[in-house]
Amino acid sequence: MDWINAAVQGILLGGLYALFAVGLSLVFGTMRLVNLAHGDLTILPAYVALMLVNALMFNPFYSIPITMVILFIVGYLLQRGLLNFVVGRGDIAGVIVTFGISMVIQNGLLLGFTANSQGLDAGRVENLSIKINERLAVGWLPLIIFLMSIVVITALQVYMGRTKMGRAFRAVSDDQEAARLMGINTKHIWAVAMGVSLLIVTIGGVMMGIRTTFDPLLGSQRLIFAFEAVIIGGMGSAWGTLLGGIILGVAQTLGAQAFGSAWSILVGHLVFVIILAFRPQGFLAKTVTA
Amino acid sequence: MSLLEIESASVYYEDFQALYDITLKVEEGEIFACIGANGAGKSTMLKTVAGVLVPRRGRILFDGQPIDHMPTYKRVELGISSVPEGRRVFPSLTVHENLLIGAYRNRKGPWNTDAVYELFPLLQPLRKRQAAGLSGGEQQALAIGRALMANPRLILMDEVSLGLAPVVIKRIYDAFPTMIQNGCTILVVEQDVQHVLAVANHVACFLEGRISLMGKPGDFTTEQITAAYFGV
Repeated sequence: MDWINAAVQGILLGGLYALFAVGLSLVFGTMRLVNLAHGDLTILPAYVALMLVNALMFNPFYSIPITMVILFIVGYLLQRGLLNFVVGRGDIAGVIVTFGISMVIQNGLLLGFTANSQGLDAGRVENLSIKINERLAVGWLPLIIFLMSIVVITALQVYMGRTKMGRAFRAVSDDQEAARLMGINTKHIWAVAMGVSLLIVTIGGVMMGIRTTFDPLLGSQRLIFAFEAVIIGGMGSAWGTLLGGIILGVAQTLGAQAFGSAWSILVGHLVFVIILAFRPQGFLAKTVTA
Repeated sequence: MSLLEIESASVYYEDFQALYDITLKVEEGEIFACIGANGAGKSTMLKTVAGVLVPRRGRILFDGQPIDHMPTYKRVELGISSVPEGRRVFPSLTVHENLLIGAYRNRKGPWNTDAVYELFPLLQPLRKRQAAGLSGGEQQALAIGRALMANPRLILMDEVSLGLAPVVIKRIYDAFPTMIQNGCTILVVEQDVQHVLAVANHVACFLEGRISLMGKPGDFTTEQITAAYFGV
């Protein structure tokens, strides 16, 4: 029963990883930019929410929509003001600039909030759980996060598949120059993609802030989890990313169950490396070439 | 006033000069053909009109308005639409989605998906197929349809017949009159001289970045055109 419990917790954790990862995958898909600041951009919304909660004294759940709007704007401006200049100039330029952004965010947060761990207090819901039997219980909060990840991925699929903007995203992803020749302003599309990426990350970042504590230096670890979820799932597939997140989450919780909690992250990485060796394209990769 | 005027434009790729003082005028409602060998500068000229390249010297006027520093997407808004070399359809999008992308700027006019399916009936049964799986001829029809969806005043066609079977080339050239009737002006680049000269109102022959011959196709003998084409 402990094993089943660990697996269930791992699946729920996977939803959270997917929330971090789909934004990374969206940005890479539309502009081939490897965003090394993505991990820190999962931490930033938690601090934005913290400031809102401190200023307005409301439940952190209410801060989520406001923080989403703020982070969308941050993403849009970051892309138009800075990152648009590195798109299409090779991988190295993007890596260096986003690494720089990562440093700026980390150190900015350290200056503003110190290295102490912070938390967002949502009240009773944090401790409520559904008891299935004596030894298996599912926390409401992890369950809500998991369900949110499904809602977000479904919404993203509908947005990409059914709307004019989503169609433009996919066209730009296929062929930038041809997209411009069809009247698409790629600079605007990239900025919206970055905005949407951060909007999604906000949901994961703030929910994680409610579920556990956070500090300014957690970003790099989350970046790696996000990368692993995307790669295990396969590029270009949002449901694949959810699957990747779940595989990673389950590997971590089962690893902890088997060898003790110190092994959790290492086992997750090992499973990732094994999958990378035998199925480097991921499980649900969707790639089309002309 | 001509629809498109290129005034002594010089265009470079970094240090390499691809066009030398090109001047030409395209009148509203005509088919203007640019012919010439590989590397003569025809495609460079089209890319400059579309906004992919910017002339280092000279001007481009569209409907009397200078456009040489306008981004590509704004030129589409003005009514300049492209059928790029190599077709460049969006491989992961369906045929229908490719057409809808063509209408991204929402210009008003006679063209919509129904009109395109009527012009190229071969696309109708393929509407839900991914463009990646289409044959070369189907992709070319799609690329033209997609450009028409922008309801262009000027449509730029780059090497439309390259690599296509003669029957497909005929079908594409057969669509030209309908396009003209619906208010398009066609600026077409071709290596295949025979087809395009049969329909063009004006022709310009490019040779090593310069125009070696320009006028009405009927005014020249085959020998004159061959000489201008190969520079002999």
